[in-house]
Amino acid sequence: MSTSAVGADGVESVEEFRARARAWIRANLRPLEAHEEVGIMRPTRTDEEELAAVARDREIQKALFDAGLAGICFPPEYGGRGLTPAHQRAFNEEITGYEYPQRLQVPTFAPCAAVLLEFGTEEQKRAHIPAILKGEEIWMQFLSEPSSGSDVAAALTTAVRDGDDWILNGSKIWTTGAWWSDWGLCLARTNWDVPKHRGLTVFILPIAAAGVDVQRIEMLNGVKEFCQEFMTDVRVPDSDRIGEVDDGWTVGTRWMFHERMSSGSPYVTSPGTSAHHRIGPDWLLDIARGTGRLDDPLVRDLVGEGRVLDLVGAALHPRLALGMTTGRLSDQAAAIGRLYSGVCATRLTTIAFDIAGGAGAAWADDDGAASDVGADFLMRQTATIGGGTTEMARNVVSERVLGMPREAALDRGRPFREVPRGGRSGG
Amino acid sequence: MLLELTPDQEVFREATARFLADRVPPEVIRRLRADPAGFSPDYWSAGAELGWTSLLAREEHGGGPIGDAALVDLSILAHEFGARAAPGPLASANVVAHALSTWGGEAHTAAVEAVLSGESLATCALGEPATPGEPAGIRVQVRADGGDVVLDGTARPVESAAGAGHILVTARVAGAAGLAQVLVPTAAPGVTVTPMRTVDLTRRFFAVGFDGVRLPADAVVGEFGEAGEQVERQLQVALALSCAESVGAMQTAFDLTVKWAFERYSFGRPLASYQELKHRFADMKTWLEASHAISDKATAAVDAGAPEAAELASAAKAYIGDYGTELAQDCVQIHGGIGVTFEHDLHFYLRRVTLNRALHGTPASHRARVTGIFENLKEQA
Ligand SMILES: Cc1cc2nc3c(=O)[nH]c(=O)nc-3n(C[C@H](O)[C@H](O)[C@H](O)COP(=O)(O)OP(=O)(O)OC[C@H]3O[C@@H](n4cnc5c(N)ncnc54)[C@H](O)[C@@H]3O)c2cc1C
Repeated sequence: MSTSAVGADGVESVEEFRARARAWIRANLRPLEAHEEVGIMRPTRTDEEELAAVARDREIQKALFDAGLAGICFPPEYGGRGLTPAHQRAFNEEITGYEYPQRLQVPTFAPCAAVLLEFGTEEQKRAHIPAILKGEEIWMQFLSEPSSGSDVAAALTTAVRDGDDWILNGSKIWTTGAWWSDWGLCLARTNWDVPKHRGLTVFILPIAAAGVDVQRIEMLNGVKEFCQEFMTDVRVPDSDRIGEVDDGWTVGTRWMFHERMSSGSPYVTSPGTSAHHRIGPDWLLDIARGTGRLDDPLVRDLVGEGRVLDLVGAALHPRLALGMTTGRLSDQAAAIGRLYSGVCATRLTTIAFDIAGGAGAAWADDDGAASDVGADFLMRQTATIGGGTTEMARNVVSERVLGMPREAALDRGRPFREVPRGGRSGG
Repeated sequence: MLLELTPDQEVFREATARFLADRVPPEVIRRLRADPAGFSPDYWSAGAELGWTSLLAREEHGGGPIGDAALVDLSILAHEFGARAAPGPLASANVVAHALSTWGGEAHTAAVEAVLSGESLATCALGEPATPGEPAGIRVQVRADGGDVVLDGTARPVESAAGAGHILVTARVAGAAGLAQVLVPTAAPGVTVTPMRTVDLTRRFFAVGFDGVRLPADAVVGEFGEAGEQVERQLQVALALSCAESVGAMQTAFDLTVKWAFERYSFGRPLASYQELKHRFADMKTWLEASHAISDKATAAVDAGAPEAAELASAAKAYIGDYGTELAQDCVQIHGGIGVTFEHDLHFYLRRVTLNRALHGTPASHRARVTGIFENLKEQA
């Protein structure tokens, strides 16, 4: 690992860190082209190209690690820098406009690595955190199942003890990118005779393990990044269990917290507000310019609305993070940020579509920023479904933040075996 | 409001909170609806002793902040004003104190001191933000004539003009592009003050006419014809205070409604147990936290004179204008019939956010301003 400038107290200041990050980024990373990576899960790559992009992400992560710029908020004993969220924010600002290892952020760094840090044994952390920070391991959340996504604790995937091992059977679904990933963080049922929350256990497993069959699912826009994993007699050693047996919900609760934090998490690199490669106000401005409609007062109003929503989000997330750190807000307030992000992203997608006008319905390849905006609109709801739906976030805010009565549930206090289950299991 | 106040800020907030709870509890506010001024003179001078008018003024005028961010401290007061729907032209009076103290001359010293002590009231007619430095809606003209300046036209709405000793008027320079600010004594010949009707119970607005109002040139605040920048700066201060006040009103309306949802039963269960309503509360809570966040961020930027201040202040005004009224109206909806009565307190806060949404530019005009600023920012980049 390279040396780095440190202050008198031995800690690298935010500004020293920023200067070092900036110099390194400019020397080593490629600036993004206009509109590169913009939109919602666009089908722009062949499988070969996708695999090459994954390899490049790993390569950048390794280089960041070697430069002492990876794992900014991870503890030094596992290869991190042990710095503060302010350092991570400075890094986010500096990397804006450059390529970055996007596929390694969510869910690898958060929630997966965050959960490992909190609940993993010393051996597990030493085995995986440095490998994650070097880009050697990409992780997936094996959480949703065909029968339940919102009701994650109703997992049917079963783990049965067999000597020093566990045997897993069942199916996980909607994992994005599992076909090129390495490890899964998996919630499984270990006891059917107790209420649902008390019979769960968390495991980790290599996605290439014997008995795991990864099938790709085509999304409505043709992208095949969604996956379903069928697990048949998959053998997992007890040393790959996270947390206590049947206490998986203790892990699960924090897992959900880290998932709701996602791009606001200090473990995650997420480029700043002025980027051309995401759903943001720059994109709206580019579409308005490209379609020649920027002088239309109606369009200007829409651009302004998008910019306002984006600025407000950029103010909201640090407020929530601060409140959760100082204890002024409960950890459940992460759901406020999740709700805001989802609603904001769907609104910006609609705005982009409306600004594009007719080019939203039919476009040519040289329509610039307006190309594909119609297809993005079709994928709009991914922002309010993936990472837990906004309805679930609203449940959490009202019940856990505001303390309102919980919804009646027919499964409470009942052995999971006896809980009614619906017929249609997704698909 | 900030999640973490310094001990000094907390003492400061607490003093005003106690004073307002004591002097203008809801039953008093309800009565003040019939009061032509909306509050008594001793209420305002007692408030001035608590620091309501002095934070943005320089020390030699008797002002000065309690910490190192005067506008941030003042926004804590504004939040308290909103949370209690308190009477008084807090934003106007502070804009005047700030303007006279920063850009005023010798001739204005007495006026500043009177405003700071609370012995006299001052108010302002700022116009509305259009592009930075170029406010819209200014219908007062000023011309230089010998050693004098002469004002003609109408400014509206001007808060508390009837009780004010002075009005800081923003005017267009006749036959030229620039702006000038003039401190006009309300007693000057040619000034007429006509009451207007308003949505607020205790805040009072007036149309102020200027018919050949002649004043010595030293009534001008700042450079004649070059006031664009100072007006922009004052608008930002007014926007920050109006946003902080609206967020305070949102907070109280929300808290009242959460309490109501737990207490009110229908079909044998509290309203708070219905998922449809719980989800609306979750949305409102999100708007509320977002409003706190953008208001505080904008205030800090305006206080620091940061380059992003104009855009953040307008973003805050646009967001809080929209979502503040949306939140208050949804609170009315969830109250049902009682929510549209005079007897209930909820309308105090609805009135405050409604007033602030329309003053100093609508959400749409601020969105337009944000777009312009953003576009320029991108062109420079
Ligand atoms: C882009 C994308 C990426 C994803 N990546 C992953 C991943 O990597 N790993 C993974 O495990 N999962 C992933 N998911 C799955 C995602 O977490 C689930 O789709 C989500 O939690 C919803 O679960 P479900 O699809 O089973 O819908 P359901 O749970 O069946 O919900 C259907 C609808 O009912 C609503 N609903 C359900 N219960 C309630 C309730 N109690 N109150 C009110 N409304 C309710 C939901 O909000 C939703 O609108 C991803 C999804 C997307 C779109």
